[in-house]
Amino acid sequence: MKQTRRSFIQAAAGGALATALPSGQAFAQSKDPIKVGVLHSLSGTMAISETSLKDCALMTFDEINAKGGVMGRKLEPVVVDPASNWPLFAEKARQLLTQDKVDVVFGCWTSVSRKSVLPVFEELNGLLFYPVQYEGEEMSKNVFYTGAAPNQQAIPATEYLMSPEGGGAKRFYLLGTDYVYPRTTNKILRAFLKSKGVKETDIEEVYTPFGHSDYQTIVANIKKFSTGGKTCVISTINGDSNVPFYKELGNAGLKAKDVPVVAFSVGEEELRGIDTKPLVGHLAAWNYFMSLKNPQNAAFIKLWLDYVKAKGLQGGDKRVTNDPMEATYVGIHMWKQAVEKAKSTKVDDVRKAMYGQKFPAPDGFTIQMGDNHHLYKPVFIGEIRADGQFNVVWKTKGPIRAQPWSQYIDGNQGKPDHV
Amino acid sequence: MAMPAGIAKPGAPAGPLMWRSAFSACSWREWLVVVVALALLLALVAPAFAVTADDLKPLASDDFADKATAVDTLMSAPDERVAAILAAMGSDQLFFTDETHFYIGDGTTYVDAITGAKAEPKADALKPVEINNRVRGKIDSAQSALALLSPDRGVRSKAIETLAGSPDPALAKLVDAAVAKETDPALKARLELVQAAFALKSDNPATRLAAIKALGRSENPQTRLLLLPFVQKNADGSFVEPDADTRAAAQTSLDAIDRSQKKGELLGALFSGVSLGSILLLVALGLAITYGLMGVINMAHGEFLMIGAYATYVVQGIFRSHFPGAENWYLVAAIPAAFLASAIIGAVLERTVIRFLYGRPLETLLATFGISLLLIQASRTIFGAQNVEVANPSWMSGGIEVLPNLILPWNRIYIIAFSAIVVALVWAILNLTRLGLFVRAVTQNRAMAGCVGVRTPRIDMLAFAIGAGIAGLGGVALSQISNVGPDMGQSYIIDSFMVVVLGGVGQLAGTIVGALGLGIVSKFLEPFSGAVLAKIIVLVFIILFIQRRPQGMFALKGRSAEA
Amino acid sequence: MNATTLPLPVATAALGTADDRVRLFSRLGWTAIGIAVVLIAVVVPLMALVAPDGSALHLSSYALTLVGKILCYAICAVALDLVWGYCGILSLGHGLFFALGGYAIGMYLMRAIGHDGVYKSDLPDFMVFLDWKAYPWYWAFTDHFWYCALLVVLVPGVLAFVFGYFAFRSRIKGVYLSIITQALTYAAMLLFFRNDTGFGGNNGFTDFKRILGFDIYAQGTRVALFVLSGLTLVGVLILCRYLVTSKLGRVVTAIRDAESRVMFCGYDPKAFKLFVWTLSAVICGIAGALYVPQVGIINPSEMAPQNSIEMVIWVATGGRGTLFGPVIGAFVVNLAKSVFTMIAPEYWLFFLGAIFVGVTLFLPQGIVGLFRRRRGGGAA
Repeated sequence: MKQTRRSFIQAAAGGALATALPSGQAFAQSKDPIKVGVLHSLSGTMAISETSLKDCALMTFDEINAKGGVMGRKLEPVVVDPASNWPLFAEKARQLLTQDKVDVVFGCWTSVSRKSVLPVFEELNGLLFYPVQYEGEEMSKNVFYTGAAPNQQAIPATEYLMSPEGGGAKRFYLLGTDYVYPRTTNKILRAFLKSKGVKETDIEEVYTPFGHSDYQTIVANIKKFSTGGKTCVISTINGDSNVPFYKELGNAGLKAKDVPVVAFSVGEEELRGIDTKPLVGHLAAWNYFMSLKNPQNAAFIKLWLDYVKAKGLQGGDKRVTNDPMEATYVGIHMWKQAVEKAKSTKVDDVRKAMYGQKFPAPDGFTIQMGDNHHLYKPVFIGEIRADGQFNVVWKTKGPIRAQPWSQYIDGNQGKPDHV
Repeated sequence: MAMPAGIAKPGAPAGPLMWRSAFSACSWREWLVVVVALALLLALVAPAFAVTADDLKPLASDDFADKATAVDTLMSAPDERVAAILAAMGSDQLFFTDETHFYIGDGTTYVDAITGAKAEPKADALKPVEINNRVRGKIDSAQSALALLSPDRGVRSKAIETLAGSPDPALAKLVDAAVAKETDPALKARLELVQAAFALKSDNPATRLAAIKALGRSENPQTRLLLLPFVQKNADGSFVEPDADTRAAAQTSLDAIDRSQKKGELLGALFSGVSLGSILLLVALGLAITYGLMGVINMAHGEFLMIGAYATYVVQGIFRSHFPGAENWYLVAAIPAAFLASAIIGAVLERTVIRFLYGRPLETLLATFGISLLLIQASRTIFGAQNVEVANPSWMSGGIEVLPNLILPWNRIYIIAFSAIVVALVWAILNLTRLGLFVRAVTQNRAMAGCVGVRTPRIDMLAFAIGAGIAGLGGVALSQISNVGPDMGQSYIIDSFMVVVLGGVGQLAGTIVGALGLGIVSKFLEPFSGAVLAKIIVLVFIILFIQRRPQGMFALKGRSAEA
Repeated sequence: MNATTLPLPVATAALGTADDRVRLFSRLGWTAIGIAVVLIAVVVPLMALVAPDGSALHLSSYALTLVGKILCYAICAVALDLVWGYCGILSLGHGLFFALGGYAIGMYLMRAIGHDGVYKSDLPDFMVFLDWKAYPWYWAFTDHFWYCALLVVLVPGVLAFVFGYFAFRSRIKGVYLSIITQALTYAAMLLFFRNDTGFGGNNGFTDFKRILGFDIYAQGTRVALFVLSGLTLVGVLILCRYLVTSKLGRVVTAIRDAESRVMFCGYDPKAFKLFVWTLSAVICGIAGALYVPQVGIINPSEMAPQNSIEMVIWVATGGRGTLFGPVIGAFVVNLAKSVFTMIAPEYWLFFLGAIFVGVTLFLPQGIVGLFRRRRGGGAA
């Protein structure tokens, strides 16, 4: 508790200082700290997911500062709480860029929050690092997307399920929360499945409202649907509804070996809130798993657990790392390298230096930022284990390039694949 | 996107540090059963071959197809080591150090997989034998085949069920042996259906036809999967099954199976409706007291649910660290704990905030909204922003199979029973106790009750505490089917208000009918309209209903209605 | 003063004084309004557009959008005060009318993007990637600004009228009405969340480019929207004050205090309530229409019951039944929120929650009541 109180006082003092400083001081001297913004919801519905990203970002700043900072300058984080309120995201983004004059912002989780801040970043020529897998269909020169595009997550997972190794699925139950990411992902998957010769009648697309907690009818329908051929469920259910869904699935006797569920929004952090024993064998597709064995990942996990311990965060040694945290970590390091390469924190210089920037990531590969503002990423498919971690059962040979403009959506043909 | 041609292999598997013992996945009873079964089997089938290191070698590979083949190899000559190896593999307890050394263990003690002798391998050299769904399915079928010879009828029945769903041709021989041995006529009939499933692959059209006809009697929905290929067309438009008679027989069998499913579907919908209703009832009952009887619009009601759920989580933690043996029964201890936690916090709030606001219902709304923000942020500070894990005890996991296509989950059955008990208790408190008498008196006429000596402030506090406590009980129930997190209460608050208003404020019977009615209506609407529209339709229905009957279904009559 | 428990003689006394002298505002009040108009229409534009960037007098785009946003909230607060403070109808669904106004203008703004979206299509981007082939019928004519401006008034107005007509006819009152307004906005939120509804689902409308041909992100456009919001707020304040001091307003206040007695006097409360209720909804719709171009996004979470409750809290914090109070309340609560989410991102909900509890317990008449008590006079 001691640390938290102190950090609160620091934050309060920092905030007061920030508002007191006249704007003329912005012409910083070379040893002045570099201000970096963190724009993640710490309250409201998205706090469940976004809080650990804020912690992960602060951890990475600490790590960089402990090693001498960026070009000898320390990083000074400015943390704000947009409270899961989309217009507030835009307001806070404007505040970070114009009042606090941060050089870069790490933040956002939902697509709608990103859409809300995007005009602000474009107007003020700011720089945002967005660390979550999303539906694609966007490529702004002011945003670097360090999460997966659909071709780096959804399509490989579906191909795996269709392969004999993944069970040779013939029927597909596309289940999602009714918002844009599931809709777009399912649209892309439907087009993809059609191109593979799957019939319309073998695809079922079902959506539930936000915060839906009663999956009895849907699980019964999946059961019925599965009597028409080898079935898999492709789930884009949003974080909170996953617990009731999986609990229902487990208790209704649908086993992973009969009807596997592959999820794109369920990772280690989500499983921490679920009793995983009934879920063994269900799948998730990500670009990083905590269970990956490589030196970078071991160092990353150690860094995180040490940070959790040092700051006295809740959960202690039960805390886990997940894909968006890794994406945050990689994003911050790449930005640091780009600043050092450009010898400047100016957005236009950093942007140019970002292209082709390489970093040995915890996913075990040295991954690269493409000129389409998206990371090259390896794809892993993992099966849930009883301890809430994943067994990797399939992976790509190496990182693959993102296709933010999906070839399966009309109107994307012929679009340039770079900014 | 260009997919890599071959399927690449995963990297080095996770070490022993990363996994937690899952011994419970395979109980000693099952082990015993398997061993007894094997003793019988050994007497029956071919001469025993010991498992060799060569048989296990493929298990050390990264290729899951090799591992599946290895399971088949093992099952060609099953003995008790095979059973032990399969059980260990299925529960992530099989390890290897190199291609010839395999160990079974729980993280602390190990035995050699081939000999069964005690072993002490180097812990840091151990690598787990990882399996995927395909291998897991193989193991499941294999274990079921072995269990066919169990003396316990229930075990045999369950094994037949599993095999009927996914008959693995490699096991045909074992099934034939089991049919010969089976004495129970019902089980024998079901086993013959499994045999029929194998016969579907036969080259002889007459055998296939007989098998198809036999399978028409099956009530297992998975059987459809086996019969479907016989009526399907190839890509070029020709039928997969060339013989028209066989096709017709398959269609008849399929129709018969479909008919037998209908009853299960209807019952299933009814059960889900009652189950949803019982949950709505539990979450709304506390509100029916604080709002219905006391006129307090408690926007923090959802947070009392949350407190109850977190109390369950804390009790579970205490049991895990202090009474690991009794972990299964933490829920029983959680019920009073959750009630008390919510009731005490409720009583404190009543004393410090709400008692200043009686008679000003709209202002209690604002104050309790503020309280709800405080409680949410407090739980976030104490327990973290993420959801916490509350496990179903083993007696609440899984379900009971009522019909072949209808499994009723235990947790929902218990919650229905639990809500019935809670309702009965609340009724008893309100109608049979002195406290209940006072509560009703204060509700009907506060001034008069005060005049005849009822200490109204005390009654207010107790009634509010009881309402909060019951919400806490609702939290215990929610922790078993849904997630436990700081925001969980928010998603139930509107539903709770709808139930109370629909039923009629101040009416226990109204709350019950309202909750069950909403639950059943939602569940019967959902298949037609989808989950989103069903919810909207229900809300619009409530709005319209209130227009017709502004006081709800069970309106208070007489003077108190004017209050 | 607790209106619902006010003894009848006081209410009738209030009715009696109505005819004595109908004064809209005191001289002080008029002066304040005059100063506010000059501030909004002259000083702010000068500070934002003429004063050089970096000077102490310069008004940043951040401050401009923040205050502009709160001005819209303040309009809502005044509208809510009209029905709650003067007519006793506590609506927990005013966020719906606000959002509907926003969606109406949002439709125009989406059409005004033209072919500048990522797909260069006739349709808005969200329709393209959700496979819409043509505009659904309810999008007809939305490319005309004036038609959408009409919708801003009509959609919330008609919805409020229909809902109010049935609710007031059935004589649904008090808490029941509050709860079904909450159900209404909740149902609408779920409806708008559906992507099939045709309003962009969860993402709603974003990425606006221009309004009436002007770049929506230009400082000049921002200032214009700000001035418009400010003047609308002043106009709404004068209109509401005029209403509550008129004879109609007196009847409305009497309905709040003792509805059945008003009926016995020969008035039909339904018509009065319906009028005030619909007017309030329309004002909220206008506020929403001013809000959306300034914040650049409209989506269904504006209809969340939470938001509507927050509006009620602005009114309660400022002082209900005072018209000026809710404006103050909207500013205090929202500025507090902006500051606290900045300086104490992990603890600000404690502050906000404590404010709500504290205000209801210690300031039953809100901040305005505090000043009145200081002055020794009090409201009555």
